[in-house]
Amino acid sequence: MNSSLQFISTFWSSSIGKKIVVAITGLILTLFLAGHLSGNMLIFVGEHAFNEYAYFLHHMLHGAGVWIARIVLLTALVLHVVGTVQLTKMNRAAGQSYNTDGTQRSSFSSKIMIWSGLTILAFIVYHILHYTARVGNEFNNPEKYEIMLDGHVAHNAYKMVIDGFSWLPASIFYIIAVTLLCSHLSHGVASIFQTLGLRTNKTEKLINTGAQVYSILIWVGFVSIPVSVLLHLVK
Amino acid sequence: MSTLNLTLKIWRQAGPEAEGKIETRKAQNIPIEASFLEMLDIVNQQIIETGGDPIHFDHDCREGICGMCSLTINGVPHSKEVGTTTCQVHMRKFNDGDTIFIEPFRANAFPVLKDLVTDRTAFDRIIASGGYIDVRTGSAPDANSVPIPKEQADWAFDAATCIGCGACVASCKNSSAMLFVSAKAAHLNSLPQGQPEKDKRVLSMVRQMDAEGFGNCTNQYECEAACPKLISADNIAKLNRDFAIASVKEAVAMV
Repeated sequence: MNSSLQFISTFWSSSIGKKIVVAITGLILTLFLAGHLSGNMLIFVGEHAFNEYAYFLHHMLHGAGVWIARIVLLTALVLHVVGTVQLTKMNRAAGQSYNTDGTQRSSFSSKIMIWSGLTILAFIVYHILHYTARVGNEFNNPEKYEIMLDGHVAHNAYKMVIDGFSWLPASIFYIIAVTLLCSHLSHGVASIFQTLGLRTNKTEKLINTGAQVYSILIWVGFVSIPVSVLLHLVK
Repeated sequence: MSTLNLTLKIWRQAGPEAEGKIETRKAQNIPIEASFLEMLDIVNQQIIETGGDPIHFDHDCREGICGMCSLTINGVPHSKEVGTTTCQVHMRKFNDGDTIFIEPFRANAFPVLKDLVTDRTAFDRIIASGGYIDVRTGSAPDANSVPIPKEQADWAFDAATCIGCGACVASCKNSSAMLFVSAKAAHLNSLPQGQPEKDKRVLSMVRQMDAEGFGNCTNQYECEAACPKLISADNIAKLNRDFAIASVKEAVAMV
């Protein structure tokens, strides 16, 4: 036990060790996005499909499934944020700037990683308060949001999403956050492969293109929801 | 013979503790055949003749193989010329009337000693921590007595062409030494002679790199663009992979 704790502490305090933790937690969060987006796309299938999916999420493994997912994701998120903030502080302390900018290759997204990341973090807090904890709104009011679904009482998640995004400021913040997420992923997804040592000169192009395509898919998918609600395409 | 008249914006710093500043100086009648360092020699000759303190800069072989010359030219270590050391940059690459910024390789792990001269001994300490192989002393082994596949030999050779100049650190937004360390580790780790000490080497070199105060790699590959020997960032991926494996092995050994 003592030696495994020692291993974790040594690994975490080394530069590459911390980056590997950031890469693995980044991978978990990236895969979660794909799952989250595919589920959300059911909103275009219809009210019944979407509410059934929401009911399934909350009741799989007798309700334990959603909590297992939440704990894994929260742990990954905390490690990802703490790791990157510590790495960024170390990087700022190690460097000095020049009187002329000689940047040759760094992408814009790669330069704003910490700021896109922190904005996404603020958004995640808001997003959870909005749709999960349902603070400051009426989404928990059974009179408005309780329905009968295939013979059991269920939450009308479909109506909640439409009401939530009908408020313009929420949709605008959502679109800004998803846009920064897209920027964050375009550098982050490719970086996962490099940090885990899975990139070679043969796979470099494929990985970079794959990361771009993935981040664009995520952007189009998530942004389509508030836009469709605001344009009354989904009602 | 064509000549250039240039405006130089040069970093001057009297000593390690002194405050440095950019000094503006004219460089007149510079022949286009001159190398960048020869241009500085001409400027220094004029300074010496007028009784001033010449501009201090590092140099040695002046044929692009020793890794001693440095200088950040217009924000790019060794200038924006691809795969070129400062000593191999020629003044024909500049235009008459140009303003050129000349600064030292900047990183907290490379403190300025005087003007453009920096202390890069942090690299030596990283090498001393594991960038070697333990061999019996005595006569050199016969060539080809250890068979190595061509592809592997090429990969090791490409990594071994690193001259340890420090341009990777100087170009990195985080002053990370990952390209240097990964090239030195990959050179030995991909050859049979380097295998017995592979894990120990990776762990020691990375730990020494961290202790020297270099930053962390953020995969922007400025180092690859600045490297005068075109060392590939694939070496960094390999170092990351080797470090993960060595760490796990070390953890298993501890239990």
